[in-house]
Amino acid sequence: MKAQPRILVAVVLLVTLHLAILLAGLVAPADPLAQNRDFPFAPPTRLHFVDLRGHLHLRPFVYPWTPRPETFNEYEESRDREYPVQFFVPGAAYRIAGLVPSHIHLLGVQAPAQIFLLGTDNYGRDQFSRILYGGQISVAAGILATLISLSLGTLIGCISGFYGRWVDESAMRLVELFLVLPWLYVLLGVRAFLPLHLSSVQTFLLLIAVIGTIGWARPARLIRGIVLSAKNQSYVTASRGFGASNAYLMRRHVLPQTYGVLWTQAALLVPQYVLAEVTLSFFGLGLSEPTPSWGGLLSTLQQYNVLVSYWWMFAPAVALAVVSLGYLNIANAFHDRLQSVSG
Amino acid sequence: MKYLFRRARHGILLVIGASILCFLFSDLAPGGFFDEMKLNPQISASTVAALRAQYGLDRGLPVRYGSWVQSVLRGEFGYSFAYNTSVRSLLMLRARNTLFLTSLATILAWLIAVPLGVWMASHPGQWVDRICMGGTSLLISLSEIVLVLGLLYFAVRTHAFPVGGMVSTGFDQLGVLGKVWDLTTHLIVPAAALTLASLPILVRHVRACLIEILGTPFVESARAHGIGRARLLFRHALPAAANPLISLLGLSVGGLLSGSLLVEVMTGWPGLGPLLLESSMSRDLYVVVGIVMASTVFMICGNLLADVMLVIVDPRLRADLRAE
Repeated sequence: MKAQPRILVAVVLLVTLHLAILLAGLVAPADPLAQNRDFPFAPPTRLHFVDLRGHLHLRPFVYPWTPRPETFNEYEESRDREYPVQFFVPGAAYRIAGLVPSHIHLLGVQAPAQIFLLGTDNYGRDQFSRILYGGQISVAAGILATLISLSLGTLIGCISGFYGRWVDESAMRLVELFLVLPWLYVLLGVRAFLPLHLSSVQTFLLLIAVIGTIGWARPARLIRGIVLSAKNQSYVTASRGFGASNAYLMRRHVLPQTYGVLWTQAALLVPQYVLAEVTLSFFGLGLSEPTPSWGGLLSTLQQYNVLVSYWWMFAPAVALAVVSLGYLNIANAFHDRLQSVSG
Repeated sequence: MKYLFRRARHGILLVIGASILCFLFSDLAPGGFFDEMKLNPQISASTVAALRAQYGLDRGLPVRYGSWVQSVLRGEFGYSFAYNTSVRSLLMLRARNTLFLTSLATILAWLIAVPLGVWMASHPGQWVDRICMGGTSLLISLSEIVLVLGLLYFAVRTHAFPVGGMVSTGFDQLGVLGKVWDLTTHLIVPAAALTLASLPILVRHVRACLIEILGTPFVESARAHGIGRARLLFRHALPAAANPLISLLGLSVGGLLSGSLLVEVMTGWPGLGPLLLESSMSRDLYVVVGIVMASTVFMICGNLLADVMLVIVDPRLRADLRAE
């Protein structure tokens, strides 16, 4: 019972994050690909409440950055004019979830000034917007790859557990084989055999397919175990005696028993696969520039000068950690519930 | 003995299966090492075809697999297109470095995880336990990439220890002590990252196993006999909880190798990781296959090692085997 508020926090965090990522165009103040060559590695814009004359403003305002003369990538605020932060302002055009065209942004400032909530990268692109749009790649890849893994795992696990004998035997040998392969090595190996130069959509689909296919073994083994124990339950035998077909038994009596495990596995696999995508992109084997993805954003940190000088480049790591932490908490909750139901 | 023999045979079958799988994957792939050459106008199509024929890439999959197996039996493990040498000569040194790093990290992680897990299990729900559980879930969700980046940040910022590579330039001129010191300082970042990354899962398992054992009647009775707490925990409870932990040791090799790949690439440790990445980029087929196979063999060896240790540690298992 003590764990309840923590799970609530995790759920709220995850839902907010996923919504923000889904509605990236609305939430992000800028176009993720728009470059500001005059502002490479600008630090996060500061929100002010008190102006130079000491007046308190209820609506926060910002001062735009200007490059400090005679320095390299250093900035100071030009305090000639305050730019109040406005909500639902028109700006760059985008499509909500790739469908609904719009140009309204949740927040922004008047034209010459810009708001960089998490600073800018080496091309002066808004890091906050890039993280949100990058999430559309990284998190979506995690969720879709999980779907592939679980469907494959369920299918093979069900067939293997239900039909038994040589089908089961050979499927389980294959599972052992896949479990024994160190997944990251295989991932890189498989990626090595795929063409390097692809369009970003193709790369995205291939990535999902590869990540999802490698991970089918563990869910398959778990599902098989449940199917095995479920099909020997007396009510299943009874139902078979009444003339139920295999398909009906499967759908009505066997599959529902696997839902608990499936949900737990899903909550465990999503962060793992998000991480897999991040890893591949980090090494330049995933989606390439300019498409933002969390791994690609983090890969800027491979240069030591960026690593040491610009702390806001670590922001994608925080997003990644929040996603993992949220999903792991939910997986734990599912697991505890399963245990308390079965035991 | 018979049991171990059976396990070993099982392992060998798995290795063979994995190698077939590797070749199947490689055959599914469009393109290869020499395809990049086709883009070069100075190299004629017939030269590319001749090169492909020279390396046997024009032949069917079973033939290529057969010649690869022969080459493995000769101890060459195939041929690298990019380095123009046998894969074995590339792999040996790298595999040694990877093994060195991963075994060190494993030992460190277990040395920290066992006492910490025991301590947490003996105070379940108290502040020690809570803080450590929070710490482990944070570590789990941070992932190796972020851990290494954080450590690198610290190292570059403070200049406390060198980053990148395994030894400094001019390593050969150093004395024995100097060499050891140089290697140690270079080890700190990769070993710490790998240890921290594998720690949380180990700690949680040790804690869970021990809590389960501490609830059993024999512990209760031992406590009633007036056995001290330290002795109770380490002499009575820990050995009883050892079996799942030893299996975990075998299973954790895979995760450790994957983590080590990341850490090696990011810190420039000259192990299998950077070579795999590089040969993935250039599609140096047999190097990729060789490294994937090497890591598979490490993993299977880890499992075998766990099996052997189980037989040594658990007298019940020995009795069962004798009865067979």
